[in-house]
Parts: sequence; structure tokens; C-alpha cells
Amino acid sequence: MNIYQDLILDHYHHPHNKGKIDKPSESVKVNNPLCGDKIEMTVNFEKNKVKEIKFEGEGCVISTASASMLTDFAKNKTKEELKKLDSKFIIKLLGIDLGMTRIKCAVLPLEALHKLI
Amino acid sequence: MINVNNIKKQFPFFENQPDLVYLDSTATSLKPQIVIDKIREYYEKYSANVFRGIYPMSEIATAEFEETREVVLRFINANKPEEVIFTRNTTESINLLAYSLGRKIIEEGDEIVTTIMEHHSNFVPWQVLAGETGATFKIVDINDEGHLKINWNEVITKKTKILTLTFVSNVLGTINPIKQIITEAKRINPEIIIIVDAAQAVPHLKIDIKDLGADFIVFSSHKMLGPTGVGVLWGKEKILKKMYPFMYGGDMIDEVYIDRSTYKEPPHKFEAGTPAIGEIIAFKEAIKYLEKIGMENTRNHEKKITDYVIKRLIDTFGQAIKIYGPKNSQDRGGIVSFTFDKYHPHDIAQILADEGICVRAGHHCAMPLHTRLKVPATVRASFYLYNDENDVEKLIKGLKKVKQILL
Repeated sequence: MNIYQDLILDHYHHPHNKGKIDKPSESVKVNNPLCGDKIEMTVNFEKNKVKEIKFEGEGCVISTASASMLTDFAKNKTKEELKKLDSKFIIKLLGIDLGMTRIKCAVLPLEALHKLI
Repeated sequence: MINVNNIKKQFPFFENQPDLVYLDSTATSLKPQIVIDKIREYYEKYSANVFRGIYPMSEIATAEFEETREVVLRFINANKPEEVIFTRNTTESINLLAYSLGRKIIEEGDEIVTTIMEHHSNFVPWQVLAGETGATFKIVDINDEGHLKINWNEVITKKTKILTLTFVSNVLGTINPIKQIITEAKRINPEIIIIVDAAQAVPHLKIDIKDLGADFIVFSSHKMLGPTGVGVLWGKEKILKKMYPFMYGGDMIDEVYIDRSTYKEPPHKFEAGTPAIGEIIAFKEAIKYLEKIGMENTRNHEKKITDYVIKRLIDTFGQAIKIYGPKNSQDRGGIVSFTFDKYHPHDIAQILADEGICVRAGHHCAMPLHTRLKVPATVRASFYLYNDENDVEKLIKGLKKVKQILL
């Protein structure tokens, strides 16, 4: 299956939640030295829930689309809900079949999110 | 002249994967039928261990095994079978040297010199050794063209014990002027031991050990049409004799007592345990195949195709393509690493894969070099005697598709 589907490409060309929150509750930087993907994620919590979340960085189509979709999903979710997410969830969210190598690109944003909560 | 269509017929891969374009021979080469047949022959007809049995089958296996050593010698123009050691691969050959030679001769304050263009396997073992012994780890830089920039008076001193460097860069394709480097380094310090990582050279260039003047040369079978699991370490006998054994156990022992053991002479001193017998036996068929084609023909073919791919990439994509390494095919092997516009190398390789084109994306086990080039990753297309202009055209078509999909 081709992974470069319209929905994925749309998130790559027009990523949601791109940028940096001015005064975030938490911020984190993660990177994958193998391919040079870098993500900085910032978040504002309201009580236990994600109120606002943004990401910045350079990456491939998969990591960018994954960050875009994951930050969309994370809004208004509780920390407990987000802690439960795993790589299987990311594959389902992206809706594409990822090989062993590319799965690392897809879960990098999740790694960032988990460090924030 | 090389007839690629004839050659392709001798590699079953192309029959089984008629739609694939294989441009990753730098990672591992494809194998001709005669190599595969030879492995089968061993397992089907004389599958015995070597150096052990007195029965005829074991003697056949041993003779076939030792014949490979002779064929390796002939191929690199060396002459002592004691100087050819079989390992698992180039990585193991280098680790053997770092352990058995490095830990024998390196002391605090000594210098180990390597270059920024090394594969991790010729970088990390020395970095670790330097760290453990308190030696200085010195790195030769490159210039913008991807050639080594050697400031001789600074690089090699009387304290330099080991200079270890690659013959051909697995990323830039740069063919280093090894003979010249060896001559100059030994002029400054005649005691220096020089190790050449020839993993990307022996499969593609005519190598003459006697002419080169190196103390050690290492390479792998699987990058030169042979089976996986076989590496070669060629080294000067008088140094090999002084080195520690690498692994202890079967085959390398002379005598064992409760309180001490003695070891065989090289090469067996460094060949502990049952080796990859079938693979080593079949390795000689790969060498004979290359000899039949002729290394000069192989080299000329790769030069032609390297010039062609560089020209086609630049003509088609202009400034959007950035090619790393020497522009002149005289100084470069059939390795072309590049970045393309803002597209991530992993996306490029993935879309090419969907089009049936096998290339590599990443840092190609050369992270210090990529850091030096200020890119996290590149796309690498590499060419061998079974590639032709049609493969290049498919690559160009694939890259146009990348542009079309990623905009």
C-alpha cells in the first residue's frame, strides 16, 4: 500500500498546530539521529487536560503528518488518556501500513507527547 | 567492454525480480548463479567440517576451503597464505585489529589517526581504543570536493602508531590516493602501521597489495558478488605473529594444559571456531567471476555510468539536486549520494521503493561525515557491473515522481 495518500500529504503540506506556544506549561525536544527528524512540542494544560498543543521542527512526511494528526487528537484529552497511546494507535491514526523502518518516524511525535505528560 | 544484458542473465535476482532496479550494491551486491551453486554443492555433496576429519569428505571440504585462500591471494596480488585471515565481515576484521593489534601496541600518549569519511566500523573501534588507553584520536578532515585534506606535518608524528583509513568512501565515493598517502606517512614515521578499509575498493578496483605498501587490508565477500558471512583480513605476517589472538577456542589452539595454552600460527591463530565453510568455499567463485570480467572493465563501466548518472541528475533537476563528493569520475567510485530539494531522504527512498527502485537513505553508517556535511541524511544510489543507463533513467523517472507527489 502506498503510504503517500492524500490525507497524509495534506497534513504534510498544511500541518495543523504548527508553531510554538508562547508561555507553555511544558516543552520538549526530541530527535531521531538516524534520519535527522527533530520535533519541539509545547503544551498548555488546563487542570489535567490538554488545552493547547503545538509542534515545530523538521522531518519527513510521516513524522510531520503524525505530529499534525496527533496534536489534533490530543486536544481536550486528559493526561491519563494520552499516556495509554502506543504505536498501534499511531498506525491506526495515520491509517497506513508502515514498515519497520518508517514506524520510527511515525512514533517520534508520540515520544514527544509522552515526555510532556 | 561489459555487456550488462549478458551479465544480468547470470544473476537469478533479475529473473525473480524483473521489475526491480537495484541501486544499493554499496550495502551488498547481488550474487551470480555460480556462487549460489557452489554453496549448494558444499551443503549437498561434501558438507563436512574443515581441518578435522580424516575421511575423504572432510578433506575435500578443507581443500576447497583452502583454495579460496589461494584465490584471494591471487586476486590482491599477495603471496603468503599465512597472511589471509577469514573473518565474518569487514567490521569484524577491523574489530580484530583494534583488539589484537591495538591493545598490544597502543599506550597512553600514542596517536591513532583516521578520517572524517570513515564508516562507523573504522571509526568507533579506534575511538573506544583511544578512550581506554589514553591515546589521542586524530581525525583527518575533507575539503568541499570530498577529498582528504591532509596537513602532513600535523597529522603524522613519531607518536602515531596506527593510521587507519578507507580506500573508497561509502558515501562520497571518493577514491583516496592510498599509495601516495602510505608512502608519505611512512616517510614521516617508518614505524607506523597502516590499515586500509578496502570494503568499497576491492569489489570495484584492481588492488595490488605489493604495490600499495599497506600493512593491513580488510574487505567483505558480500560486497563483491560473494556470500554474506565472509570477511577478509590481509596482514603482514611479522605483525600478525606478534598480535594477541582475537577469540579463543576450537581450531586456533596448539596445546592446552591446566595452567596454560599455546596457539597455532597465523592464519589459524585468528580463525577460532567453525567458520562459514560453505560461504568461504563459494567466495572464490565470486572472485573468479570478477577475474573473468576483468577489474579494469568493471572500473571503466562504473566510471561511465557514474558520469552518466551525475550528468542526468544535474541536467534534469539542476540546482535542486545536491551531489556530494568529487565531480570527476576519475576520483570516485560508482557511489552517488545526494539530497533533493527540501524532500526528506527517507521520503525520497520510500517513493522510489514504491516505484521498484532500491536505494539507501540515511547516514549510511557515517554519522561523523554527515555531521561534517551538515546534513542529517542523504540518498545513496550505487552502481555495479550489472547496472546500466536504463537503471539511471528509471531513477530519474522515480525522482520526477517524488517531485510530483511531494510538490
